[in-house]
Amino acid sequence: MTAALEIDGLTVGYGGAPVLRDVRLDVPHGRIVALVGANGAGKTTLLRTASGLVPAARGTVRLDGDDLAGVSVEDRSRRGLAHVPEGRGVVVELTVEENLRLGALWRSPAERRAAIADAYELFEPLARRRTSPGHQLSGGERQMLALARALVAAPGVLLLDEPSLGLAPRVVAQIMAVLRRLCDATGLTVLLAEQNVASALSVADHGVVLGLGEVVASRPAAELLHDTTLRHAYLGF
Amino acid sequence: MDRLVFLLGTGLARGAVLALFALSLVLVWRAARVVNFAQGAMAVTATYVAFVVTGLTGSFVMGLVAALVAGAALGWAVERGLMRRIAGRSPLAGVIVAVGLVMILQSALGILVGGRTLPVEAPFDETPISVGGVPLLSPYDLFVLVAALVVMAGLGLLFTRTPLGLQMRAAAFAPEVSRILGVRVSRLLTLGWALSSAVAALAAVLLVPTELGLTPHATDMLFVLGFTVAVVGGLDSPVGALVGGVGVGVLISLVTGYLGASVAPLAVLVLLVVVLLVRPQGLLAVGEARRA
Repeated sequence: MTAALEIDGLTVGYGGAPVLRDVRLDVPHGRIVALVGANGAGKTTLLRTASGLVPAARGTVRLDGDDLAGVSVEDRSRRGLAHVPEGRGVVVELTVEENLRLGALWRSPAERRAAIADAYELFEPLARRRTSPGHQLSGGERQMLALARALVAAPGVLLLDEPSLGLAPRVVAQIMAVLRRLCDATGLTVLLAEQNVASALSVADHGVVLGLGEVVASRPAAELLHDTTLRHAYLGF
Repeated sequence: MDRLVFLLGTGLARGAVLALFALSLVLVWRAARVVNFAQGAMAVTATYVAFVVTGLTGSFVMGLVAALVAGAALGWAVERGLMRRIAGRSPLAGVIVAVGLVMILQSALGILVGGRTLPVEAPFDETPISVGGVPLLSPYDLFVLVAALVVMAGLGLLFTRTPLGLQMRAAAFAPEVSRILGVRVSRLLTLGWALSSAVAALAAVLLVPTELGLTPHATDMLFVLGFTVAVVGGLDSPVGALVGGVGVGVLISLVTGYLGASVAPLAVLVLLVVVLLVRPQGLLAVGEARRA
C-alpha cells in the first residue's frame, strides 16, 4: 500500500553546502512518524522541502503516490499537505477566529463552520479567546491555534515542526495527546519534527533519526526510545 | 464662528481626499513594504485618461470609471513589470524604481500634452450651500466626501468581512505562512497594487477640479501631503490614514483661513516633525503586533 507521504533520495543544500543527503522515509496513512535529531540535523529543512518552501536539489516527495515536483507551495497545501512551521506561524495581527477561517478557506461554508466548531471543542482555551488577536495569546495558545488552523483544513498529511519549542511540559503533553487521539480517531498522518525526543517518540509509531542531514536510524518509536547507544550518539540524552 | 464652520467643512472634504490618497500608500506599504513614490505620477496619468474620456463622452462618471480602470491597470503593470523583479532586494531599490517611474511618467505626459494647464471643471456646483446664513459645504464637497466615505467603507468591508480581504491581510502580514495555507500571495500582491493605484486615481480625479487645473505635476502636492498623512497616521494603519487625512485636511483649511495659504505647508511640516519625535511609528500604527 502507498504511504501517505514518501520522501526518496532527497538532497537539499543552501548555497552549495548540503543540508540533507539522500534522505529516504515513508509516513504511512494514519501514523505518526517522529523525525528526531540534534539541532542543525536538517529536520526543519526536510519539512520545508516537503511543503515546497525549499527547492530540492535531487530526490522526490510524493503525496498519496503523486510526485510533487513542480507543484507550488500553495497547491501542495490545497492537495492536503498541511505544514505548521517552527515558531508556530500564527498570523499575530489576525484574531483566533480569523486564523481559523484562513486555515479553512478552501472548504465549503458549512464544512468551515463545522471544522472551526470542532477545533474550539478540541482546544477549549481557544474558544474563550476567539476575538483576541494572535499577539495576545500565550505560547501554548499560539501552538494550539497553529495546530487547530492546520486541522480545520482537513489535511491528509500534517508536517509539524518543533511544537514543543518553549512550552511548559504540561502543554506539550496536552498537544501530543491531541495528536495521538486525532490519528487514532480520524486517520490523520503526521510527520513530527522534534528536539524533545522523549516526548516525540512516546507519541509516535515510528521514529527516524537524522544526523548531519542523513538518516542514521529508522525504527519503531519504542525501540528507538530504549536504544541507549543511539540516544547518546545522536540525540544527546 | 461662521468662518470656523465653513473652514471645518472644506477641511473635511479636502481631508477625505488626502485620506484616500494616504490609504493608497498604506495599501502598497502593507502588501509590499514599498513606499510608492510614483503613486502621484500614476494617479495623474489616470486623471489624464479621465480627462480624455470625459471630453469624448461628456460624462464625468465615465471619466471617473476610466480613471479607476487606468489606475488599476497601471498598478498591475508596475507590480508585474517592475516591482516583482526587485522583490527581496534592498528597500532602496523600490524607492529608486519608483522615483525613476515618476520621471518617466511625468516626462511622457509632458511630451504628449505639453506644459499647458488643462482646465477641469467640477461636475457639481462649487458654491457653498448656506444653512441659516452660515456657508457650509458645496455640492461638490459633499460629493467628494460621500465618494471617499463610500470607497473607504467598501475597502473596510472588503478587508474585514470577505475571504479575499482576509487573504490579503494575511498575505501582507505573513506571506510565507499564508503560502503554506494555500493563499496565492503573489496574485494578491498584484491585486493590492491595482487596488491601491485605483484608489489613488480616485483621489486625484476628485482633487483636480478644486485645484488650478490638470498638468503632469498636478498631484505633486497631493503626494507630499498624502505621504505626510500616511506617516502621521502610521504607514501600516488604514485607520491612521483616515484619521490623519481628516486631521491634516482640517489643519490646512484652518491655517489657510486664519493665517494665510503660505503658512499651511509649514503647519503640516510642524505636525510631521512633532509626530516623528513623539511617536515615530505613527499615531495609530499597528506594528507592535508583529514584534510581539
